[in-house]
Amino acid sequence: MSPSSPSSAGAPGLRARVAIAAGRTVGGASKILRLGSGSVIGGRASLFVHPDLLRDLTRSRDVVIVSATNGKTTTTRLIAAAIAGDRPVVSNSLGANMAAGIVAALSRADAGATAVLEVDERWVPGILRSTSADTVVLLNLSRDQLDRSQEVRRLAETWRRCLSETPPRTVIANADDPLVAWAAQVAPSVIWVATGQSWHADAAGCPECAGRISFSAETWRCTDCDLRRPDAVVSVDDTTITIGEDRRPVAMGLPGHVNRVNAAFALAAAESLGVSGTTAVAGIESVTEVAGRYRTASLGGRRVRLLLAKNPAGWHEALELIAAPPAPVIIAINARIADGHDPSWLWDVEFERLGNRFVVATGERRHDLAVRLRYAAVEHMVADTIDEAIRVAAGRHDYRSGDTIDIAANYTAFQEYYERIGGRS
Amino acid sequence: MNGRDSLVRLCLLYPDLLGTYGDGGNARVLAQRLAWRDLGVDLVSVDAGGTVPDSCDLYLLGGGEDGPQTQAARELQASGALHRAVASGAVVFAVCAGMQILGERFPDMNGVDRTGLGLLDCTTVRVDRPRAVGELLTTDASLTDTDGTIRPLGALTGFENHAGRTIVGDTARTLGQVEIGEGNGDGSEGVVNGSVIGTYLHGPVLARNPALADELLRRIIGEDALTPLEDADVAALRADRLHAARHHELAPRRSWRDRLRGS
Repeated sequence: MSPSSPSSAGAPGLRARVAIAAGRTVGGASKILRLGSGSVIGGRASLFVHPDLLRDLTRSRDVVIVSATNGKTTTTRLIAAAIAGDRPVVSNSLGANMAAGIVAALSRADAGATAVLEVDERWVPGILRSTSADTVVLLNLSRDQLDRSQEVRRLAETWRRCLSETPPRTVIANADDPLVAWAAQVAPSVIWVATGQSWHADAAGCPECAGRISFSAETWRCTDCDLRRPDAVVSVDDTTITIGEDRRPVAMGLPGHVNRVNAAFALAAAESLGVSGTTAVAGIESVTEVAGRYRTASLGGRRVRLLLAKNPAGWHEALELIAAPPAPVIIAINARIADGHDPSWLWDVEFERLGNRFVVATGERRHDLAVRLRYAAVEHMVADTIDEAIRVAAGRHDYRSGDTIDIAANYTAFQEYYERIGGRS
Repeated sequence: MNGRDSLVRLCLLYPDLLGTYGDGGNARVLAQRLAWRDLGVDLVSVDAGGTVPDSCDLYLLGGGEDGPQTQAARELQASGALHRAVASGAVVFAVCAGMQILGERFPDMNGVDRTGLGLLDCTTVRVDRPRAVGELLTTDASLTDTDGTIRPLGALTGFENHAGRTIVGDTARTLGQVEIGEGNGDGSEGVVNGSVIGTYLHGPVLARNPALADELLRRIIGEDALTPLEDADVAALRADRLHAARHHELAPRRSWRDRLRGS
């Protein structure tokens, strides 16, 4: 604690209060000027006044950290929903997942509310150190935004180091992701989740030694050292989440296997915080969209559903979620800073799986996508705008009037369409 | 090799080590351009630790991070298969880290100088400048065939993402001159020794530059088998990328709102 911020439990000290006020002023001004929601810039102002503010803001509350390459926003939302029926919750629900966004979210919250924090993969060590989080949820690690990210293995190393230096009470981790398993195995107490993850392209080399990871149907192990899949206590099937002996039917509001897995992490996290299974499941079932993901809305005069995928592992899941053939689908690709500047990852996605349907390619890098689809032998057309893309898809002979058109987009393209249908970015 | 009844054997080397930048797409492109011409393809993919065949017609190497790059070099050195294949006339096409390890020397993850495979007359050194990341465009490039014929390739377009500078030796040729971007670091791009060809271009490069893809295939299947293909999507992509490079959209688009929000 810094000498200038003497604070009793729950009441922020003077410096913290000044810092929060500064953040509100700057954030409010940013909002009035329509620069955005104001949360990140406000959080930055607060941290400028009081760099250790995050420690002050989390001193007297339970903290859950959620991180991953994919699914962290959705899982954060599911955990918040799972515990909200039991106690007050605060969450950085706008996806502002670095220190400034987290500080902004916490500045607005009750002092005792449980914090469920989505944390950018690179920020996990820093946020864990500042908050001394009790619960850490680790979903997966794979390549993302090649031209700016660290190698995924290096990320796993930083996770592993911080989990042994600042051990949380409970870690809930993916047993089927070798990088995550290796990072989490140093923690004193781990609840392992069987996710059935089938994306293995980024975990071929053993993170522990120079050996190779060999995958079989149900398990994985290193060919050279002792690293192997830990035994999982949490698993999912089409209708049920099982934790140990306890089987709970869950009627998901979100589509797909990937979201049932996210729900399993959420249920395990809620129960480890003492929330009853019944309360947690009711909360999980109430979630039907997450910051526009999976939202159905009207756009260009048609019903559309928005899906977000940002990287090869995310597209791997998204291609399973989109409407069954022969329905035409729209895919939108941008390559701005938040997307990663180099869309060559399109060649790591099995677009061949779309072979039996018609795809409209749009977004700023629609031509990169069109060439990828051409080589994948997927029938396609290029549309310069989303409105034109919707017209083209709806004009197809295999479009059944009234059907919802799926739009799968990467990050900034998704945000643009989300704003079009009235969402906040 | 010639004759339509035989298979073209392609070998993608170490996609697990050198697959960070989508360069595995080069194998998809070559295989598909053969299939569209009704030519048989046998595409072999060799992961780290696997046995490298020495009887393929064309070998592909991609870009990757420094650690795996050094491992790939060590394995190829130990195997000797790539040297044997080149000696018997195989084509090798290597991108970025894959090109660097084919040279005489390259720096490893700790900056230590490592011995390369010596299939390209070049040396890569680490230089004290920011990583070269962005669109890379050459002026009209060409490949010189083993018999001395010059095969024009047009402008080469791609995306570069590397830290090293590559010094081209006296016996090597380059693919062309850089119009936009960094390339080898001395104004040239690519290194060529006979049938071994290296470049810094990702994208994947053969998806963006079908003339280069077909020139690699011509060396295996011959001119006559190289029937024209419909490349309208590629033409649109090339126009888009050439425009972006020449208008210096090298950095991603970023509005003043993005800057204020720090995204």
